[in-house]
Amino acid sequence: MSELVIEAGRTERQYWRDLWRYRELFLFFAWRDLLVRYKQTAVGISWSLIRPLLTMAVLTVVFGKLGKMPAGGVPYPLLVFCGMLPWLFFSTALTEAGNSLVSNANMVSKVYFPRLAITASSVITSLVDFLISCAFLVALMIWFRFVPPASVMFVPLFVVLVFAASLGVSLWIAALMVKYRDFRFIVPFVVQFGLYISPVGFQSGVVPVRFRLLYALNPMVGIIDGFRWCILGSPRIYLPSLAISIAEVTFLLATGIWYFRKTERTFADII
Amino acid sequence: MNSDIAISIENLGKRYDVDRLKSQDEGLRHVIENALRAPLAAFRKKVRTKRTREFWALRGVSLQINRGEVVGIIGRNGAGKSTMLKLLSRITVPSEGSIRIDGRVASLLEVGTGFHQELTGRENIFLNGAILGMSRAEIIRKFDEIVEFSEVGEFLDTPVKRYSSGMYVRLAFAVAAHLDPEILIVDEVLAVGDAAFQRKCLGKMSSFAESGRTVLFVSHNLEAVRTLCERAVWMQDGHVREDGPVEGVVENFFNALSNSSQFSSQNEDYGFTVHRVMLKDAAGNESAQFSPGDDMIVEVDYSADRPLEQPYVILAINGVNGSCFTANMLLDGNRPAVLEGEGKLACRFKALPIFPQSYSVKMSIRTKNGNDRVLDYTDVAFFNVVGDLANYGFKGDFVSRASSSTPVVVPYEWLLPDGTTASVSLTSDAVREKQAEEASIR
Repeated sequence: MSELVIEAGRTERQYWRDLWRYRELFLFFAWRDLLVRYKQTAVGISWSLIRPLLTMAVLTVVFGKLGKMPAGGVPYPLLVFCGMLPWLFFSTALTEAGNSLVSNANMVSKVYFPRLAITASSVITSLVDFLISCAFLVALMIWFRFVPPASVMFVPLFVVLVFAASLGVSLWIAALMVKYRDFRFIVPFVVQFGLYISPVGFQSGVVPVRFRLLYALNPMVGIIDGFRWCILGSPRIYLPSLAISIAEVTFLLATGIWYFRKTERTFADII
Repeated sequence: MNSDIAISIENLGKRYDVDRLKSQDEGLRHVIENALRAPLAAFRKKVRTKRTREFWALRGVSLQINRGEVVGIIGRNGAGKSTMLKLLSRITVPSEGSIRIDGRVASLLEVGTGFHQELTGRENIFLNGAILGMSRAEIIRKFDEIVEFSEVGEFLDTPVKRYSSGMYVRLAFAVAAHLDPEILIVDEVLAVGDAAFQRKCLGKMSSFAESGRTVLFVSHNLEAVRTLCERAVWMQDGHVREDGPVEGVVENFFNALSNSSQFSSQNEDYGFTVHRVMLKDAAGNESAQFSPGDDMIVEVDYSADRPLEQPYVILAINGVNGSCFTANMLLDGNRPAVLEGEGKLACRFKALPIFPQSYSVKMSIRTKNGNDRVLDYTDVAFFNVVGDLANYGFKGDFVSRASSSTPVVVPYEWLLPDGTTASVSLTSDAVREKQAEEASIR
């Protein structure tokens, strides 16, 4: 057994080794959240279907029927659902993972483990919901007799991208929330707002061409467009927008980990 | 590092910024406001010395703990014991100094950390085990042992929210006890649970020790420290006050507790000084240890440079969980006409109706208007009540829980359905016999 050195101003040496040693904890926390989530609810796991289903219905009616947005030759509900998949993943992760440290404050102040496990596992939990919704999408495609194009094989790439985006932003928010509970009010606002400024209920094609680049600054734009392209085959992917998304996500994830690690050591003191 | 040393602590210190702990200064609004007002301030701030008040919870602590040693850490609340354990368990990081630990550490600062109320016992064993650092394979291997130790077998698939507090603690300790660490750090976890289980935990800890593993044990229960540990470290105000064989350190610590009635306070505005507050037994001897049913006298030595007219004196006896009872001149109106020169004022609490626990005496002195404080509420003395409750007619199987019960016992009677009456009061068997004798003579 190698010795452990704890010194003022330097506890980093064993950080990554610990992360590896506690790797199972990531899944344990996710498993706990999933087990607990639907205890004492009447319809249980169905909630993870009801929520996207109702959102899809509302968005289809508002944007498709009332707003008469173009569908580009695919059933509007499918168009909406493909956009909702990554968006719901991102927004649930933000809400859950952002709160994760504060709602586990007792553990943070009583026992050591890499704090990253708490936040990352909340994102993993959201990923499970995402996968359930994916299964539902398949059912939806069968219902509409829609055959996906070959580009569907790129879906895993975009799952990785949306996971990285969710984790990056969640790490920032979770760490900031420990110190500034203001984020408890900011996050719901961002989530609500984001639904309308991201191309969830419509295609980003409806945005005038001269604003496309500006619009692409929202990292979710490239991701959502990417999902749609993979699964529906149209509209064509707008590469600059995807490039911007990838750059932003990489930046968010890297700085998220950096900030989280930097502040992690004082969590127990200020939480 | 010498391989015989398990933990080596050098010049360890932990600082907290007092202002940051309590103010909303650090709120986001403040940060944004400042940034808007003076964009450069954020950078300048780092250069400027901060004017926050500092508080060192721990400073200049150096200790070496050998492999296989069982060390008790004792000290009053706020002495830095918990901070030290938090540093050793890596929950928080030191502000200065270093710690070297050689071996796998398990620390138990609280029983059942991370237990989830909605999950079953079985699920919680896995979750808690993982949080404490066990792998899934390890938990599976030890699962049966854990269940057996915890004695919750048939409730394994019941959510722990339906558990009694005893079962909950047993399960939680069982998981931790099977961590199989080389170094075990335990904080006051035995305060919960019934006597049989406490013995079992202590037994588990001593078997740890016997197999050559290192144990660090923080407790207010000096008896437990004395039985379990061979060495004790007495912490005071964030420093190590004394370190050595357990008997001597515990005794010195206890004596210091008793002598801490060396309270004194001077209020220059009123020219009034409290020189000393003493606790005395019925015979008038100074003491810090009483038995249930004893009389206790609180005696205050004062001197008044200027006459203090019709003051109110308030005394309150506080247990661990708060106020128990009070002697309050604001309520009873028996205030002295005047306090002047040197003098003594005392209050006799008769037949203390309280369980064996630790207590403090708080005092406040007010001027004749009843509001202005000559002495604000302060702890002026400490005492312990000790005694075997079995000699007081308390013979329940769970009587050890009296150590964490509400402490005051008003004499009461159970009127049972079969017509029998059972009287209960904190009166020792000896006194009870004497009373019975007197009654029969009459």
